[in-house]
Order: sequence, then structure tokens, then C-alpha cells
Amino acid sequence: MATPSYKDITVNGFWKNNPAIVQLLGLCPLLAVTASVVNALGLGLATILVLLCSNTAVSLIRNLVSDAVRLPAFVMIIAAAVTVTELLMQAYTYELYQILGIFLPLITTNCVILGRADAFASKNPLLPSMTDGLMMGLGFTAVLLLLGAMRELLGTGAIFADMDLLFGPSAATWKIVLVEGYHDFLLAILPPGAFIFCGLIIALKNRIDSGIKARRDALREKPIKGAKRVRVTGTIS
Amino acid sequence: MLLSTPTSPHAHTPLDTSGLMRLVILATLPGVAALTWFFGWGTIVNIAFASLIALACEAFALYLRGRRVMFYLRDCSALVTAILLGIALPPGSPWWIIAVGIVFAILIAKQLYGGMGYNPFNPAMAGYVVLLISFPLEMTRWLSPLGTFEGSVPGLMEALQLCFGGGFDAHTMATTLDVFKQGAGLMVADVWQQNPQFGRWGGLGWEWVNIGFLAGGCYLLHRGVFTWHAPMSMLIALTAMAAVFYDGGSSASGGSPLMHLLSGATMLGAFFIITDPVSSAVSTRGRLIYGALAGVLVYVIRRWGNYPDAVAFAVLIVNFAAPFIDHYTMPRTYGHNRGGSD
Repeated sequence: MATPSYKDITVNGFWKNNPAIVQLLGLCPLLAVTASVVNALGLGLATILVLLCSNTAVSLIRNLVSDAVRLPAFVMIIAAAVTVTELLMQAYTYELYQILGIFLPLITTNCVILGRADAFASKNPLLPSMTDGLMMGLGFTAVLLLLGAMRELLGTGAIFADMDLLFGPSAATWKIVLVEGYHDFLLAILPPGAFIFCGLIIALKNRIDSGIKARRDALREKPIKGAKRVRVTGTIS
Repeated sequence: MLLSTPTSPHAHTPLDTSGLMRLVILATLPGVAALTWFFGWGTIVNIAFASLIALACEAFALYLRGRRVMFYLRDCSALVTAILLGIALPPGSPWWIIAVGIVFAILIAKQLYGGMGYNPFNPAMAGYVVLLISFPLEMTRWLSPLGTFEGSVPGLMEALQLCFGGGFDAHTMATTLDVFKQGAGLMVADVWQQNPQFGRWGGLGWEWVNIGFLAGGCYLLHRGVFTWHAPMSMLIALTAMAAVFYDGGSSASGGSPLMHLLSGATMLGAFFIITDPVSSAVSTRGRLIYGALAGVLVYVIRRWGNYPDAVAFAVLIVNFAAPFIDHYTMPRTYGHNRGGSD
């Protein structure tokens, strides 16, 4: 397999092969912790770090590990990266660490990470693998943030609450209350709301994709300038 | 003697969807009248506002989906959803509760699944459950029925004020089922005596509301809108469950079968919700199982669940089960062997 270009890797991570809304991997943390922006961002950053570390390490050892034992080896690497991330969060953002709870160690079992390790990093050189890890992580985090923002907004009528958990005391004032006296909408905060909003995001993405495709097809069907007759059999590509 | 022999066709024109829906709307009238009598004009305001929003949502969704708007609006199915939800909501609910419920019911539970005839869940009940989970406080606050306090139930203006203003004081009171849920450890006779909201057989007012829906249901049965299988089997299952667990005296044993039949949303559920032709099981045997499952679940959730009434949850669960039930109760095609080997 030829190594894809950096542009392709970026487009794949953010849009075409987005881990959250196209591959539908890692749904468990995606649905469980996106009740607010700060939780989503915390988990997103942790996932980016783990993805970056694991993709780097897996890419480095890709020629040393035999196929038969590659999965246990990858999982060991991922578990080590998760442990490091967990200790870091425990040290610097203790409250957030407590809020995220079990979902931090569970990053180990997040299919996005093992999926990228096996599908990409074990077959590609170091730099593309690192880029892939970063871009996939950013794509995942983008969806987490979008979902977290939607749910926090609809659930509590405010956004960016408790950002001081992640950015220190100065961020305590970042909270924006959009509707005063908003009545909490529990459905948005509870897991069923996460499913519904995730579905809506996927629908929106498909809508945009089909719009792009329709526009591209419309451009392609134009008769070629100067042609004597319109070609009716097959398409010219 | 004139023995007239009319020529064929002998079959009458079957009801179309719109006619069917109009019959269902007509049949809710006795129950709605009882609700209005005992709990004030809140139910009417609920229904009117819900209908308005439902028609708007339906038209919007049909327009987005590129369907014929007026054609589908005229089948009245959105109106039936709105009326059922309006009945289920506590009278005097604030307007935003009604709006959220209807928007969810019509846009997500109905139109996102493909519209009329494609929804796997009963839209009204899906909307109701969303509200119950999201706003437990408002959704379990029922006005006290007529006759428990001095003074009268809210009139039209007061009901409108409750719905859109929110600055009106009204008496609220736990419903019968709620009292039974909270008041374990008493004798049923004591519960009955201590709480003014108990009537002759069930809750005061509630018994008449249920009898009203029973009457409407019997009318629909008579007109052949649905078959007797699902409602009867649900009521029998509920009665049997209550009879098995009721020990005749203590409130911890859950109240008598008659109280369960005539309290809460039992009759509304049996005749107007689980008979929904779209989301229920199809075959005759399937409907018997479907109804019985609903009846058992209603009792189980009422008795051991966290919410006082259970019809909406039970209906959503059996809606889930309907395709499965249909799969195993498919009638044998005439001419084919039992077991379907050839």
C-alpha cells in the first residue's frame, strides 16, 4: 500500500473517514462523556495524546513484530500510553480526572486507537503515522466538542461551564448563559440524547456529502465545449 | 313481503385513513369530557395547542421531504397524535412542555422514520416518555380533581393562564397510583379514608375518565376500527397480575384489580394506544400476545418501577417487541404445511 499524502490523511481524519461519525468507532466514550464541552474536550485531548503516542510507537516497531503477536503488542503499547495520560491528568486536572472516571482507562479499549494502529500505523512509516494519529484524534475531538456543545446548550441553556477544570481558575468566567432561567432539558444530558444528537450529526454529514456529490455530478454532465454531439453512452472521466 | 336482493358489490366502502382517524378523534370525546369535568379546561387547552403545533410540524416535515403537504395533513394522523398527547399530559402543563413533546413526537418519532405508516413507535407515547424523562417534576404534577377542595377546577381563562402565563395558583395533588406507590405499609381502607382523591373504585375523577375512554373504545370496537384481541388481552393480563399480587388489605400489595383498571391511563392505553395499527403486532395471535405483554408490563412498572404510571413505557417496550412477535405468529398460508417446510 502506497503511503497516502498528508492532505489525504488530514481529509480522512476530519471528514471522509472520521472515526466518530463515519467509522462509528469509540461510541461508548463519545456518548457517555459528551454531556458538556469541558468533559468532551478533556476526553478528546486525552484521546489525541494516546493516538499520537500509540501510532508513533506502533509505526516504529512495525517491522520487528510478527503478524501473529501484533495485536497483543499494540494493546500493550496503547495501555502504556493510556496509563501515562491518566497519570498526567491525575496530576494536572484532578477534578476532570474524577469526572471522566472510568472512561479514561477505557480509552485503551477504544476501537479508534487499535483500529488506527492496525490499519495505518503498522503499515506506514513514522511521519505519516504520527500525522494520521493526530488527525484522527482531532477529527474525533471535533465531533466530541460539537456533541458536547449541542448537549450542554440544549440541556442547560449555557455553554462552556466549568472550563476552569481544564484551563485553570482564570477560565471560570468563560461560561456563557444564553437563556436566563432555562429549564434543564434532561433528555439532552442523558445518554439517549447523545444517541439522538449523534444521529443528527451523521445525517447532517451525509446531507452535505450528497450535496457535494450532486454539485460535482452536475459539473461533470456538462457537454464538452466544441464537441460535435453530446455523448450519451457512458461518462468521460 | 318484499325480499329485496341488492345486486353486487355487497361490500361497503371501507374506511379510509382519514375517516378512521376522525372516528378515533370522535371516540376520545367521552374521556376528554370527563377529564375536563374533573380537572378543568387544561386538557382542552393542551389538545388545542398540541394540535396547532403538530399540524405545523407535520407540514414542515412533509415540505422538507418533498411530499404532498395537504394530502398527508388531511389524513388527520398528526391530529390524533396531538390529541392523545394532549390527553396524556397533565392539565395546565406549560406551553413549552407541550411544544417539546409534539416536536419530538412528530419530527423524530414519526417523520424521521418515514412518516405515516412507518413509525416503529407510537409517536404520542414516544413524545410523552421524552417529556417524562426530561421534566419529571412538571410531568407528575396533576391538579387535584373536582370535589377534593373548596372551590372549583380551573376554568378556560385560568387554564390558558396556567399554560402560557405560569402565574396562576392551583391545587395539585398526588394521583391515586402515586399514593399507592408512596404509601406502603398502610391498609388499603386507611389509604382510602385518609386521602380525599380516592373515589368509589379508583381515583376520584380517574374512574370516570377511564369509563369514558372505555365507552369510546367500545364504540370503536363496534365500528370495527380495531379487533378486540389486543385491548381485551391487555386488560385481562393487568387484572390477572393485580389479582395475583393483591392480598385484599395492605397497600403494599398494589391495590385491587378494579383500581388498576380504573386508574391512570389504563383504558386510554388499552383502546387508543396499543391498538395503533402501525406500531402494534399484526396477526390475531400476535395481538393477543402483544396486549398481554403490555398488560403485564403496565402492572410490573406501576408496582416495582420508579414512576407511578406505566402505560407509556409499557407501550414503547411492546412496540419494540412487535416485529419479533409478528415473526413467530405469522399465520400459516392456506395450502402450506404446518412448520412451513414446503
